[in-house]
Amino acid sequence: MTVLALRDVSKSFGPIQVLHNVDLALEPGEVHALIGENGAGKSTIMKTLGGFLDPTSGELLLDGKPHRFVSGPEAEAAGIVVIHQEFNLAADLSVSANVFLGRELGGFRLDHAAMRKQTAALLQRLHSHIDPDTLIRDLSVPDRQMVEIAKALSRNTRVLIMDEPSAVLTHREVGTLYEQIDRLRAEGVAILYCSHRLDEVAHLADRITVLRDGRVVRQAMRGELNEDGMATAMVGRELEDFYPPKGTPTGQVALEVKGLTVPGRVHGVDLTLGRGEVLGIAGLVGSGRTELAEGLVGLRNSTGEIRVNGQPIQIRGLRDAFAAGLAYLTEDRKEAGLLLEKGLRENLTLATLERFGNLRLDTKAEEAALDRATQDFDIRAKSRDMVAGKLSGGNQQKLLLAKTMLPDPKIIIIDEPTRGIDVGTKRQIYAFIRKLADEGRSVIVISSEMTEVIGLSDRVLVMREGRLAGEVAGPAMTEENIVRLAMGVSGEAA
Amino acid sequence: MKRLDLHTLGPIVALVALVILGALLNSSFLAPGNITNVLARSAFIGMIAVGMTFVITAGGLDLSVGSMAAFLAGLAIIAMNAVLPSVGENWGTILIGMGVAILGGLIAGYVNGALITKAKIEPFIVTLGTMGIFRSLVTWLADGGTLSLEYGLRTLYRPVYYGGIGWITWPIIAFAVVAIVGELMMRHSRFGRHVEAIGSNDRVAKYSAIDVGRVKLMTYLLLGLLVGLATVLYVPRLGSASGSTGVLWELEAIAAVIIGGTALKGGTGRVWGTVVGVLILSLIDNILNLADLVSPYLNGAIQGVIIVLAVVLQREKRTADER
Repeated sequence: MTVLALRDVSKSFGPIQVLHNVDLALEPGEVHALIGENGAGKSTIMKTLGGFLDPTSGELLLDGKPHRFVSGPEAEAAGIVVIHQEFNLAADLSVSANVFLGRELGGFRLDHAAMRKQTAALLQRLHSHIDPDTLIRDLSVPDRQMVEIAKALSRNTRVLIMDEPSAVLTHREVGTLYEQIDRLRAEGVAILYCSHRLDEVAHLADRITVLRDGRVVRQAMRGELNEDGMATAMVGRELEDFYPPKGTPTGQVALEVKGLTVPGRVHGVDLTLGRGEVLGIAGLVGSGRTELAEGLVGLRNSTGEIRVNGQPIQIRGLRDAFAAGLAYLTEDRKEAGLLLEKGLRENLTLATLERFGNLRLDTKAEEAALDRATQDFDIRAKSRDMVAGKLSGGNQQKLLLAKTMLPDPKIIIIDEPTRGIDVGTKRQIYAFIRKLADEGRSVIVISSEMTEVIGLSDRVLVMREGRLAGEVAGPAMTEENIVRLAMGVSGEAA
Repeated sequence: MKRLDLHTLGPIVALVALVILGALLNSSFLAPGNITNVLARSAFIGMIAVGMTFVITAGGLDLSVGSMAAFLAGLAIIAMNAVLPSVGENWGTILIGMGVAILGGLIAGYVNGALITKAKIEPFIVTLGTMGIFRSLVTWLADGGTLSLEYGLRTLYRPVYYGGIGWITWPIIAFAVVAIVGELMMRHSRFGRHVEAIGSNDRVAKYSAIDVGRVKLMTYLLLGLLVGLATVLYVPRLGSASGSTGVLWELEAIAAVIIGGTALKGGTGRVWGTVVGVLILSLIDNILNLADLVSPYLNGAIQGVIIVLAVVLQREKRTADER
């Protein structure tokens, strides 16, 4: 019997209707995937199910009866737990304190031992080796995700709503996540799973609901819809080849790096990057990919020899990198890329303000730059004056790309080009990246998404524990080969 | 958008309301003498508050400015008295005193800024420390009493506070110039943009090739300079300095910044708002003194209410934005 359902639900924010007559049912022991492009209404549905929003019309059914949650916590008490993309963890508290936050064991004096023991048991169930006494701030992002899941498990969850849980996980950790989902499913939990990764939807979901512009456009059972079919249903048009065609090597070397070392993170990495080349860097999270990039552009202290177009250069800070024609697009769009509460113009020009004056900035020139960027990168903003944080993830990424390209760099390092953005925009960004290479620039793409690295790159370097584990190119660029190198499995197939 | 504008204009509306209230309560409120008085007294806090706006907008804080002003006043007076025999009772001596105050302000600002950006200590802690140090130093220099400028020099220096162009005295002019330059700097200069970016998210600033430490240091230098300037204009008012000079100026300056709509967590700076905030605080004081509706002793209470109210309004604006 259905645990939680939406019946004919519509939702409006002011004059804007974001959901149109949505029907959705979550059954116990079933993984229900919710897919759609950004802005399709997925988060509104999750918030409505999680008790954070009330429908404008239609109703929420709990165990078949109409119900109104007063608040998120009330929904949680009824066994409906939402794991948000931005984690709800107190960074300065320990893992066990977080798991039991709000319902601590013990009376006036807390029963730390019991909480620690139960947390350890939960984590063990998840095959995780996290110590319950660790502070959240000392945990990696994937480990924090595990804590979120443990927290959900500890609450006798009947319905688990997960928003892109795999976006922050590496290959191996994703495996553990899937195991957990299988286990929860077997225990009779109803799971709503939101994801942009269609391969995992195909793998996990018993039932798929496709959302477009606030409407349910397709519902299908396992096996009825392949990845292509999902993408088509989401976008509403046929997708041709998802990745742009590969380039032809020019043979000229744009960047040469020898023995790049970031103390404790990256150990003696050599690489060359050709003009017009897209070079992929793959590896597990924590393998030193981002640190390599940040060391290269001067955001971290590093040693090693760097040559741009054959000229040896010294990079002590980001300014030096800019001067040498290098630019870096961070993986952390929200915390290191954009000022979310500032306007589009301020964000666009922030790294290149010296081009727009000193004592009096030339706002007109900045506006013109924004016009150009909006056009070149197809940034869709409701208004010119809106703040960057109000843009959709995809448009934020395009704005960040525009910002990175404003100094006209010749070598661009892009860290996680499409994290958390929708399929349509992903494709656009891939096309932008290839276009940069075709213009004679050189691009390094760092990505955790295997299909992306393979689809986009001319050649892929794989990192493991701060070192280069190997290189794959041409037909050898397969998921299997990359994973082998990344995990350090011997007996390589290639 | 309309609601947001109302929030932004809130401080101005309050200021206009206060002016009307003052005029209704006492006919001498709008007399040139009173206006000069209010503006001139606002000038010291005002100039400091403009500097404070930059510090707070960049995500910092400076609690030491009141003590710093007292210390600089003491130093300037000692310096002038010391060179009096050799230089003589003329503007040369006074210029030396002014130079000592300004240079001292820059050095004090540098010390604060360097401890915060280079030694990476919390601004609150650093300036709480230097607040005590400056205060104690001036008390020590004055040996627990008062440092006074020689009588002749005091007479010569007096017009810098009391003189001016017509009823517009020098402190008012200086305040106006500082306010206008500050506003332009915050809104239109690269420095201002960097300050806002750092206060908004210093990691984004770092990843945008902004020298975060240097810009932050500059804000403390700027504030030190303005404290020095305020001291230059303050010394001729009384011609003396003591351990109780400039007490609580730091809190008045911070209050003015907050009332003006600058967020205490940084990121958004409004220099014009700060100016309005300073004027609001001085007007309340002035009106209470002129009218006998409420005891002037309740001045602090009313200012307190206004500060809390301003922050509540700011928060409402934020939640309105979020929707």
